Amino acid sequence: MTGDKPHFDEMLLPDGSVRAPYSEFCDWYSAQDAARLRTKARDAENFFRRTGITFAVYGEEDASERLIPFDIVPRIISGREWARLSRGIEQRVRAINAFLHDIYHRQEILRAGRVPVELIAKNDAYLPQMIGMDPPGGIYTHIIGVDIVRTGPDQFYVLEDNARTPSGVSYMLENRETMLHMFPELFRKNRVREVSDYPRKLRRSLAASAPRACNGPPEIAVLTPGIHNSAYFEHSFLADQMGAELVEGHDLRVVDGRVAMRTTQGYRPIDVLYRRVDDDYLDPLTFRPESALGVPGIMDVYRAGGITIANAPGTGISDDKAIYSYMPEIVEFYTGEKAILENVPTWRCSEADSLAYVMEHLHELVVKEVHGSGGYGMLVGPAASRKELAAFRAKLKARPANYIAQPTLSLSTVPIMTRQGLAPRHVDLRPFVLCSPKGIDITPGGLTRVALKKGSLVVNSSQGGGTKDSWVLDE
Amino acid sequence: MLGKTAGGLFWMQRYLERSENIARLVDAGFRIALTRSEAAEDEWASVLSTAGVRQAYSQRYDKVDGSSVINFLLRDKANPSSVMSVIEGARNNARLVRTALTREVWEATNECWMTLKEALRTQISDNELPDVLSLIRQQSAQVRGAQSGTMMRNDIYFFAQLGTFVERADSTARILDVKYYVLLPSLSYVGSSLDNVQWETILRSVSAYRAFRWLNPGETNPRNIAQFMILDQVMPRSLAFCAGRMTGALEAIAREYGGAGESLTHASALSRELAATNIDMIVDNGLHQFIQDFIKRNNAISALIEQEFRFYH
Repeated sequence: MTGDKPHFDEMLLPDGSVRAPYSEFCDWYSAQDAARLRTKARDAENFFRRTGITFAVYGEEDASERLIPFDIVPRIISGREWARLSRGIEQRVRAINAFLHDIYHRQEILRAGRVPVELIAKNDAYLPQMIGMDPPGGIYTHIIGVDIVRTGPDQFYVLEDNARTPSGVSYMLENRETMLHMFPELFRKNRVREVSDYPRKLRRSLAASAPRACNGPPEIAVLTPGIHNSAYFEHSFLADQMGAELVEGHDLRVVDGRVAMRTTQGYRPIDVLYRRVDDDYLDPLTFRPESALGVPGIMDVYRAGGITIANAPGTGISDDKAIYSYMPEIVEFYTGEKAILENVPTWRCSEADSLAYVMEHLHELVVKEVHGSGGYGMLVGPAASRKELAAFRAKLKARPANYIAQPTLSLSTVPIMTRQGLAPRHVDLRPFVLCSPKGIDITPGGLTRVALKKGSLVVNSSQGGGTKDSWVLDE
Repeated sequence: MLGKTAGGLFWMQRYLERSENIARLVDAGFRIALTRSEAAEDEWASVLSTAGVRQAYSQRYDKVDGSSVINFLLRDKANPSSVMSVIEGARNNARLVRTALTREVWEATNECWMTLKEALRTQISDNELPDVLSLIRQQSAQVRGAQSGTMMRNDIYFFAQLGTFVERADSTARILDVKYYVLLPSLSYVGSSLDNVQWETILRSVSAYRAFRWLNPGETNPRNIAQFMILDQVMPRSLAFCAGRMTGALEAIAREYGGAGESLTHASALSRELAATNIDMIVDNGLHQFIQDFIKRNNAISALIEQEFRFYH
């Protein structure tokens, strides 16, 4: 869409001079031979293919595996920028955990009238099974991926708090490995903060959240829906890197009050289950009865303190797009401070006034499903045809509460390498946050997703977006 | 280790082994077709029987001709034992057990799949066949090399070994099952040129034509070939060698787990019997019966392994 709108470029100032974090990179780049760089870019693609870093796209006829395009120009964040960002993220993540605890216990925030009761009570993401339940160590969201966009030198907005099962961390790690392999000289010139110990930190963080029943070193496992899941590569990658078993529902069973996995030598109890399966599929006895992806009875074991489920069931209530609009209040309510990171102004279509506004300004707004993700089912007003707008109006009218709308932000750009040289493309950033009773850890950087089409604002890999290595400079 | 992982390793390896065996059968069949065109059709029919896909083939084709058989065996996805199907099976199992594999083994397996998918994408002509077959050999050798160079010798490795030797024993036994009659002592046929061709084919289909010549200089007779294929302790595709390796792998797992099950009892019994007998006794008691009996016992050991180590629910 708004390729014509003025936007902030993270590398080049309007006068053509280079912003400080990119100066070393630009010096290096201008000394490179374009043909050699293109060869390197092809090498990177072959490397990804050989390593099997692929994902499946749902609904494609040939359900084959695809690569997420990788661009070799790094996205560079200065140490100062990161310091502020990470403070804001930590504040937000603390608030989310406090909110979850509250909402499943005394519900002070509802009593105080800061968040409307019906938003919780009528929300599918709110799990009554979690009421009064204390997850081990008091942690709800062990792993969070906060989606952040930038619109100016100091303007950072949180677009989404992915508090259920955020994905993409394997790309963050493999992108860095690829860059180290291809351009070691860049890392001699720039002091880039390390990301490679994420798997070790993840393991430590999960182990610190072990349940009461755990005696001895915690047994950790990653639960995947299976090899046909679009993120299977990541599930196996994380299990492998952590040294944890990768299990599917049919490997697990409740034995003597514990969730246990079928090994070659019998059933062995699991202490911490990092599940990459949605709440709905976790336990056919509690949620969807037809689910074959989960473990019958796991919720009973969980409630009795026999296992840690990461993230806890029911965390979806905190990253729900309708709740999102209340995040500034939520942050303030639990931390007593103003939110450091901004929220994108959001119209809740469930409210009559907002709906009327959204209907009238549809062509300039982005409309999202309250429970949607991955860019599916979303409307980008300025890029939509008349026909698409009309069709979406009908959807809005039929189920207004299913949607929220936001202004189209003028996202920052970072250059990508094209045949014609460097060209600016819109980006977002997903930093990964680990929470345990021992504290919060944010890996410096995260996953930068980039819209490869000129002017496009849609960065999702399922919609043709690519990724970049993301650097935080050690200054 | 998860039972599912042990099962995935076992099957990954069976499929890899099968891809090589199928390629060998095609190689041997193709050679006969080139040098003995009058025997070609019979030879291709027996290749299909050995691969266990004769029925599946006749459901798709009316007659047995070299080009159809080659393409059916190498690239037809409707044939569950085609090289393409089993390589895909191996790679799917490798993805399933990715956490048990070293990066080198996974990448070699993935590359094997990518390379062969490309090479087997279109119909293979006689001109291209030798190159395609050596590509298959080369790719699976790379996986094997990565395994031998990078895997720790623990249960992960030994479940993979079990897959290799259960599959290989089955393959060698099937070759003998289809061709046993040419190995029977028969006065009227001894030394006929047709026999010579058949003997050569048997040896070529286990890639041991040259090895046999070195071990038995000047003396090619059915008794020696049967002895070599069944009882030789150093020929890596003989029944005795496979049974010995299976036993060894099960013993290693038993040591690691601190206890053994029935599969080891059966495997070591089979191994001991093969070491104690000789080829004349086998022929006297009925070669065909012996081979069929071996296939059954090998299958039973495989089933016991699956059960004992909880491959499935």
